[in-house]
Amino acid sequence: MSGDLLRQFHHHAREKAQDPAHRKTIRWAIDTYDAAVARGKTRFPDWEAARQRSYEIKWEAVNHLDRYLEEFEAKVIQRGGHVFWAADSGQARNYVLELARARGVKSVVKSKSMLTEEIALNPALEREGIKVWETDLGEFIVQLRHEPPYHIVTPAMHLSRGQVIDLFREKIPNDVIGDSHEELVAAARRALRREFFAADMGISGANFLVADTGMIAITTNEGNGRLCTSLPRIHVAFAGIEKVIPRLQDLATLWPVLATVGTGQHITAYSTLIGGPRTPQENDGPVEFHVVLLDNGRSRLLADSEQRDLLQCIRCGACLNACPVYRNIGGHAYGTVYQGPLGSVLTPALQGLAQYQHLSYASSLCGNCTSVCPVKIDLAHHLLHNRRNAVQEGDRPWRERLGMRLWRWAMMDRRRFQLAGRMGRALLRAFGGISVLKPWTESRELPPAPTMTFRERWRKNGAR
Amino acid sequence: MVRTITLFIPCFVDQLLPQVGVDMITVLRRIGYEVDFPDEQTCCGQPAFNSGFWNEARLVAERFVRVFAQAETVICPSGSCTAMVRCFYPELLASSPLREDALALEKRVFEFSEFLVEVAKVTDVGSRFPHKVTYHDSCHLLRELHIKEQPRQLLRQVKGLELVELNHSEECCGFGGVFSVKFPEISGAMGEVKANHVEATGAEFVTACDPSCLLHIDGVLRRRQARARTIHLAGILAAQEGAET
Repeated sequence: MSGDLLRQFHHHAREKAQDPAHRKTIRWAIDTYDAAVARGKTRFPDWEAARQRSYEIKWEAVNHLDRYLEEFEAKVIQRGGHVFWAADSGQARNYVLELARARGVKSVVKSKSMLTEEIALNPALEREGIKVWETDLGEFIVQLRHEPPYHIVTPAMHLSRGQVIDLFREKIPNDVIGDSHEELVAAARRALRREFFAADMGISGANFLVADTGMIAITTNEGNGRLCTSLPRIHVAFAGIEKVIPRLQDLATLWPVLATVGTGQHITAYSTLIGGPRTPQENDGPVEFHVVLLDNGRSRLLADSEQRDLLQCIRCGACLNACPVYRNIGGHAYGTVYQGPLGSVLTPALQGLAQYQHLSYASSLCGNCTSVCPVKIDLAHHLLHNRRNAVQEGDRPWRERLGMRLWRWAMMDRRRFQLAGRMGRALLRAFGGISVLKPWTESRELPPAPTMTFRERWRKNGAR
Repeated sequence: MVRTITLFIPCFVDQLLPQVGVDMITVLRRIGYEVDFPDEQTCCGQPAFNSGFWNEARLVAERFVRVFAQAETVICPSGSCTAMVRCFYPELLASSPLREDALALEKRVFEFSEFLVEVAKVTDVGSRFPHKVTYHDSCHLLRELHIKEQPRQLLRQVKGLELVELNHSEECCGFGGVFSVKFPEISGAMGEVKANHVEATGAEFVTACDPSCLLHIDGVLRRRQARARTIHLAGILAAQEGAET
């Protein structure tokens, strides 16, 4: 059972749902996003066709992972890179820790990577005495606040400019010269530029692994990704095994689709392909290039024919923005690395339904996540299937199991149903304020409790 | 041509909102249909299905299929309950002995507004409702049944009615069945957001094709003593000259 996690979830969800300032910040951010995405989609001659094609590319990749991953690996090795297959978080962390020890790494610059959040890489590096700098502006901000990312694409979405001003004045006072957006960005840039030049290792994620050319594809808007992957002498890229795509030309579809649903851009400012370390003819770029391919439950998910499509996810964040639950409780309340509908389905798939089933119940099943997903993952129905699986595994509380048995008993007979209805309505009339109804009445008035049901009106005079 | 309509009155409409069923009958009779109500019906099974209790839901769904086996055309004043039969029965009853009957029934079940516009081919049912009204797109109606324009087409033909679009009309009201009491903090906040948007339109009424959403929105509006009230689409279409609203 997920008792403690469920209690924490309720606590944090309530805190955020009742915080009007939080609601205002998030709704403003998402309204801005919605408008940009709507404009972005009009740039496609046929958005639904692009969506269908994206789905097909990722479907093909996920259903031939073995072949495409090995193709990718062979090409990277050919160019002098290293590929490490990590079965779990521990193996992935140890690989980079050992590498850092062997090379005497003192400081690391990172471009945005949710996968390194999944394997809790930063604390592991810091325990080794290595300084870690997040260089994506949003990630840099939440790192200074000692917070996890609030959103997989826009990690500091929950913060206002005022909060960032206060944070920068406290943490990097010498770099701050003014309060405008431009001056705040410049302050972060000054602080980070020093670290880019000092770092011994650059760590990045990868939006795609291109099989036919053996390259990682990175999408950023700030140029920090290129600095992380070209200035330090060692570059380590982390990617889940599901990130592979068959062909370079697939990026012609996937890059603009990702940019459109991610931020409403046609294409992000920096789209980078990296295939290996510096060659003898080149005078810049890293001397060493490593790719860590992480499984961490993904091949188990691959074996699940019902939810396998989760591996098609391109981490665009569209389902988070579309989710009315996310819009009210925000990213931190989930208590998971991945938030929103994606997180509510992926977390139990990777870490176990027993602990994380409550996330599948914390949804009105409105289906908006499914309808916005650019690779057509059936998120809403996976939430429903997780509920079925939780019941099948006997993980639900006894009160609920008993309640459902009683419900069935009543519904299987019309007279019992009428009797139960009559009792329920009498209860509603007589004891409207009783505590059993409090979950409803805390924020809403009770429904009416008519004296005559439809059936009775029908029987009386044909419901005229 | 279909002349007799079999009513599928969802369990909570029977118990809590009987007027919705009565209004639907009024409209159907007005445009020339006979109606029939199979007395044995109880529930379609959705509460258990959405809670994950598929074994319980399956028995109730099979019972539903048997009760409606003889019905020629079934009409329901709820997008969500219609979606249960049309979209989810095929999966729930995939290995049931009643699978074929369920698949056959699925094609004969219609949501109220869908039936009027797509099957009966009427948009003007002779209604008059002189009020400012806004429309909420309920989730299952919109995203499982893909019904968006039909209710608006019907509303536009109502005499005296001023239809104003609701900002974020496609955003969930937060009801979600058991979700509303399992996670009241989230459900209530979603209801508040919806009520804010309703109030911002200045409409006197918010309407929808799902009584459950309306029940929820109504609870929030009444709690804040808002001027706006809720009314099912059938209630608007049933209203006529001189009649009370």
